[in-house]
Amino acid sequence: MSGIATTTVPPALAPIDASYGVTQRRVAVSEWIKFRSLRSTWWSIGVALLISIGLGIVFSALRGHDIEHNGGFEVDQTALSLRGFYLAQLAVGVLGVLSITGEYSTGMIRATLSAVPKRVPVWLAKIGVFAAAIFVVTLIAAFIAFFTGQAVLSSYHSSGLFGATGFGLGQTHPLGVSLGHPGSVRAIFGAALYMVGVGLLGIGCGFAIRNTGGAIAALFGLILVLPLLAQALPSSLQVHVVKYLPLLAGTAGMNTATDGDQLGPWAGLGVFAIYVVVALGIGLVVLRRRDA
Amino acid sequence: MIEATGLTKRYGEKIAVQDLSFTVQPGVVTGFLGPNGAGKSTTMRMLLGLDRPSAGTARINGRSYDQLKAPLCEVGALLEAKAIHTGRSARNHLLALAATHGIGRRRVDDVLDLVGLSHVAGKRAGGFSLGMGQRLGIASALLGDPHTLILDEPVNGLDPEGILWIRTLLRRLAEEGRTVFVSSHLMSEMSLTATHLIVVGQGRLIADASVAELTAASGRSVVRVRTEEAPRLRDLLADDGVEISSTERDLLTVVGLTSTQIGRVAAEARIALIELTPQQASLEEAFMELTRDAVEFGTPMEGAAAV
Repeated sequence: MSGIATTTVPPALAPIDASYGVTQRRVAVSEWIKFRSLRSTWWSIGVALLISIGLGIVFSALRGHDIEHNGGFEVDQTALSLRGFYLAQLAVGVLGVLSITGEYSTGMIRATLSAVPKRVPVWLAKIGVFAAAIFVVTLIAAFIAFFTGQAVLSSYHSSGLFGATGFGLGQTHPLGVSLGHPGSVRAIFGAALYMVGVGLLGIGCGFAIRNTGGAIAALFGLILVLPLLAQALPSSLQVHVVKYLPLLAGTAGMNTATDGDQLGPWAGLGVFAIYVVVALGIGLVVLRRRDA
Repeated sequence: MIEATGLTKRYGEKIAVQDLSFTVQPGVVTGFLGPNGAGKSTTMRMLLGLDRPSAGTARINGRSYDQLKAPLCEVGALLEAKAIHTGRSARNHLLALAATHGIGRRRVDDVLDLVGLSHVAGKRAGGFSLGMGQRLGIASALLGDPHTLILDEPVNGLDPEGILWIRTLLRRLAEEGRTVFVSSHLMSEMSLTATHLIVVGQGRLIADASVAELTAASGRSVVRVRTEEAPRLRDLLADDGVEISSTERDLLTVVGLTSTQIGRVAAEARIALIELTPQQASLEEAFMELTRDAVEFGTPMEGAAAV
């Protein structure tokens, strides 16, 4: 540590005028700097991209090969190419949790709240920055996953015998669909919205629980374990319960062919949004009430 | 100016801070002194609005912290535990804090220069030594050129050069007319840096006085007397206002008489003295005594209130 200015007085800052002060926009800029200046952010996003696009290709290839050789048909080619997001949600959810619990575990939260003592702007900015960034990234990933997945599917051909698109006997056709296929664009946006929702659910759990392990357990308990528990219910009841749980409700928007056991795409996303809002609301109450 | 009025913090049954009132004036370094666990950090967190007081109020320049429009430009704070994300570089940490107030990149580079961290500004804070972490904390405290500084144990983990640096910096900041409030559990450190002291023990105020007053008040004359005729001398010295204790057979510790007075009494009684040593109670001892009382009896000593 050479060259320490042992007795220097702090260099004079331009006199404090009204232009310095906390605004919601500035807090958002601050949160954006925090978001992009951590390696874990880029690791999580990288892993999410790799998984969502990579698995889309793998599943499309396996399914295409199977249909070409053994017959059969695929009712929802779009959903097939977006299947990787079911795994990618882990990376996005963990990123959401860490964006909050990372501040608590390191003590950074005290610096954050000393700078912005009103707390609510921090909550808003964290949500806004995370949602915007994850929406953009996962939307791009979803488009790539769709196009690569459909390209892979189209390299395989079905006999058309059971084709859903009405080709006659003896004709073959590529398995993939185009972006113009009914519901495909909506499903791509649905995948990105589901990813944003999972991440925000993670932020809510993070604010409410503060501890990384606890918040991750709560998040994935909610998403992945609840449907398993629901299987213990009598089947007549199960049908009515499972579709309202976060997993099936949230992913309803990723399908182009809905089955009766799932809510419609927008109804499903709407129900999922309620979970997200409740989690974030609990997080806000804890943030405002509890000592930092 | 910092004003605490009846500040109280309870955690369930446990009382961390009890009915603490004090004022910290600008222009001097004010030490906040007490043994570990006396409630110093809790008090500082309440000043910064991080912990909500169970009772009482904390005001900075007449307003509660969360009412400040530009907190970083009014109050700079260094908190005990490193309040820094370990995965972020020093520069990005400061940039993020500065951004909340619209403070620019130049000021960030300036404060990095000031604390001597420019050469490691791009490195992750997780790899910093405790001393470098403290320097980064001080850099964030100075970001907004604040008029009030609240620093929790700033010399912790600093090397001798760093300690000298922080002492000089604190005095310069106070000379510029700023309010400087510094906590420490080390009296010796405070006696070198601070002009005024607020002493707490078990969450209660023990003393609120200048360093000079504190030393004077506790500078009662204490004299060590060693003689083979200790019991006889003890009887001769015994008087109102004189306290004599003995830890060894031939040793007396006399409070309330000067060495001159004791020497005369001994000479008149023809008692041979082996040792006669006047002892100035140091600030450190005064502090130990004050806080020991607080620890043992859980209430401030009555005499201490007069200090």
